[in-house]
Amino acid sequence: METMKLNDVTANDLPWKVRYDASRCTLCGSCVATCSFRAIEAKVERRRMVFSEGNFPEPKQRFSAVPVIRQPKSIRNYCRGCGMCEKVCPNDAIRPDRNPDTRHPIVTRCLGGDSIKRGGRKNLEGSTRTLDKIRVGRISQMTDPSLDAQRHTFDLLAPFGRILPPKKLPFATDINQQLQSNETTPPVNWIYPVIIGDMSIGALSWRMWEAVAMATAYLNEECGIPVRMCSGEGGVPVRLLKSKYLKYMILQIASGHFGWNRIAKAMPHMIEDPAGILIKIGQGAKPGDGGLLMAQKVAEHIQAIRGVPKADLLSPPNHQGLYSIEESVQKMFLSFNAAFKFRVPVAIKVAASATSVSVFNNLVRDPYNIVGGFFLDGIDGGTGAAHEVSLDHTGHPIVSKLRDCYLAAVTQGRQGQIPLWAAGGLGKTGDLAADAFKMIALGANGVFTGKLILQMAGCIGNDLGRCNACNTGLCPAGITTQEPQLAHRLDPERAAQNIVNYFLAMDTEFKKLMAPIGNSSLPVGRSDALVSTDQSVADRLQIQHVC
Amino acid sequence: MCRIGAIKSRNYTHPSSALQLMQSQQKGHDNSGFAMVMQDLGGIFAEYKHLPTLSMACTDEGIRIAEDILHEAGFLRVLQWAPEVDDQPGLDINAMPNYVFETFSYPRHMRNASQREKEDMLLDTRLRLRTALEDDEQGFVYSFWPDVITLKEIGDPRDIGTYFNLWEADERFTAKVITAQCRQNTNYDIVRYAAHPFFLQGYTALANGENTFYLKNKEFQQGLHRGYLGFESDSQCFLYTLHYIHRELGWPLHYYKHVVTPLPFDDIEQRDDKKQLLAIRQSLAHLEINGPNTIIGLLPDNTMFTCCDAKKLRPVVIGRDEETVVISSEVCGINEILPDRDWETDIYPNEREVVMINDDLEVQRWKQ
Ligand code: SF4
Ligand code: SF4
Repeated sequence: METMKLNDVTANDLPWKVRYDASRCTLCGSCVATCSFRAIEAKVERRRMVFSEGNFPEPKQRFSAVPVIRQPKSIRNYCRGCGMCEKVCPNDAIRPDRNPDTRHPIVTRCLGGDSIKRGGRKNLEGSTRTLDKIRVGRISQMTDPSLDAQRHTFDLLAPFGRILPPKKLPFATDINQQLQSNETTPPVNWIYPVIIGDMSIGALSWRMWEAVAMATAYLNEECGIPVRMCSGEGGVPVRLLKSKYLKYMILQIASGHFGWNRIAKAMPHMIEDPAGILIKIGQGAKPGDGGLLMAQKVAEHIQAIRGVPKADLLSPPNHQGLYSIEESVQKMFLSFNAAFKFRVPVAIKVAASATSVSVFNNLVRDPYNIVGGFFLDGIDGGTGAAHEVSLDHTGHPIVSKLRDCYLAAVTQGRQGQIPLWAAGGLGKTGDLAADAFKMIALGANGVFTGKLILQMAGCIGNDLGRCNACNTGLCPAGITTQEPQLAHRLDPERAAQNIVNYFLAMDTEFKKLMAPIGNSSLPVGRSDALVSTDQSVADRLQIQHVC
Repeated sequence: MCRIGAIKSRNYTHPSSALQLMQSQQKGHDNSGFAMVMQDLGGIFAEYKHLPTLSMACTDEGIRIAEDILHEAGFLRVLQWAPEVDDQPGLDINAMPNYVFETFSYPRHMRNASQREKEDMLLDTRLRLRTALEDDEQGFVYSFWPDVITLKEIGDPRDIGTYFNLWEADERFTAKVITAQCRQNTNYDIVRYAAHPFFLQGYTALANGENTFYLKNKEFQQGLHRGYLGFESDSQCFLYTLHYIHRELGWPLHYYKHVVTPLPFDDIEQRDDKKQLLAIRQSLAHLEINGPNTIIGLLPDNTMFTCCDAKKLRPVVIGRDEETVVISSEVCGINEILPDRDWETDIYPNEREVVMINDDLEVQRWKQ
């Protein structure tokens, strides 16, 4: 028998315990083959059976060797609770059970001497989400009738691009009493108020990325829903850069500039402009931290697209040479504007923070009218890889911060000039239309979402510590992995279909929310349509308190 | 719900016509007030068209405060008229002690000022009066503008007419344009300032309906111009947008419709002027209105127009004869004052048009 020492890891120290019922097991081996984390293994157990056959005790013993499935006692190959084993087991013989007594956070640090890294989003659930304390409470009735969600037409579009104050519009009236514009104005694209937000081709498997791109194209071309997808930092396949579908893509640049070599080279061959450029300064899931792609995921095609060797890829926490907001405005925006001949709007993405309003104020006052969007990402945003301490403990909730930015714009009479896009845990409960709608009524022009898109495709990770292993490259759903065997688990067409269907459902739900408040275009800033049962939420967001 | 009406005539018309126009529609509103703006004045004001007239309801103290301010600013009174009131018992009216209609000459230092400077000074003076009379509700200053008179009161429109002796037509108190509305009540309190028609620097607007983008409009408008204030009613936003588009931005009137009820994006895409329409929709997104409503507007040059929400949830009718054009929420109002018109020429505007009546009474239907 093995000798156990006090500090040896046992299953009881791990976040999940694998429950296995040998009596039901057919020994097919499916679970072991399926578990991408090698968190279960086939073992042979030595069994000793003592028995007595006669009328008097005459103990005999029999030994046998029994094949079983066991959980290794390791902090490296530990069960993530993904449930794939359970899914494939023909006899319900195995399943992960959450271990409430886990010592994993302590043991891992003690043994590794390194911080814990994982994917997913914040896993510390405090109380009910703010958005769930808000309802659409101003219902049109009688003299101000509701609309009919089925019959009326709704303008479900949001701007991406810098919008001029009315007095700056370069208009002159001609002899026919028509306004003529005599100068060009900053480019603005009107798009669906939900952007599929920025997950890179390195963080996602190529099949998942393709599924999202496919869904985006289908929603545009077949369903007439002008959804845009943001590439994330990490480049875009050249074939897509040169295709007509580029117009549905927002290209992201972050501090690592990964992939931009290829994008720049492809520019002369582009037949369409991209939908926009998003400069990522920060990210809600790990504010103040740069991107992180673990070497395990830097497969050959990723090396090619990004132009890098196989190594941990870290984007610095800061854009080099970006010391001030003014500088960011002038340098980055101007170079992108120039690169795309002032035809493509350029926006900025920052992590929500106690300082977001001052950053926003600076941008909104910029006299050159350059910044074409303020993407604000809250603490509940997801990520492919981050230090757990950042995920759980740094960041700022999105709801009040978005509201603050909107009200700052109102104070200056500049609402709408830099479109506000919000993210960070929206759709966490599965209902993105409701979350997005409430954010819009609080002042957002639109929202962006990433984690939920993965969940549509089959990601089983959640905010209670399930899976969240996107950093390992071993995604059991084939979504955030570059391992061919794992990536092939994901059927891109099926994933694309799920995404398309979700958007179709969401589109109907948007109308079901707009109709009762009697609005046919998005009620941006219509906070009078919202009520809250929570006094402090109502006060903080300046909406009506109800009880 | 409100009922609105407007009369524009070649002849000077007495407000009794406006009362008749509104009276027949009384089942459609809650009889809680009556308000009107008269423009292009006749009668005793005809000689003073170029000089500003103050329309105010106030206490005795209010008169004193206001006259002190005007005096100090250098205004000299040239005409004073107060309606003879018939304060018989039992009238449903919540009357103020005084109704003041006074015409002033401009302060000496302003006499050679440009038109624009004079207009801005008149606005500033009205705002100063309004603020000064706000405490303890000493008074309500509705307009201070050449050739314009405003009267508003809380109560039953029929009784308000009786109180001010407005049922009897005479030659002394007339105008070529009268806009009127019955209902003082907003969706909240009964407030005098909340009654339309609203007036600002030569622009008048009144509306029947609800503006569900009130908060968006208000939050945007209050930063645009010092005259955009009060917001006692969601319909004030219609006036401020009109003033902003036509006066501040200097755009032709038909763009008002593109601002308040912009075309759907798909339709804009099909248009030759899509660049301009998109820019307007973008930059003035917060002036869009939603919800059911019909608007009647009046410009400084006496051009009158009407348009409605993008779903035609609130209708309006325009009837006319050779001498007069009448706009009304309900056709029964027009039948009352133009019984002999050719009703086949009545216009029921659709959701995508603006009907404009110029000073020659020429009616233009402009499609958005
Ligand atoms: S739940 Fe997932 S990680 Fe755990 S043993 Fe089963 S397959 Fe492996
Ligand atoms: S299923 Fe894949 S994407 Fe989802 S949490 Fe697990 S590793 Fe991440």
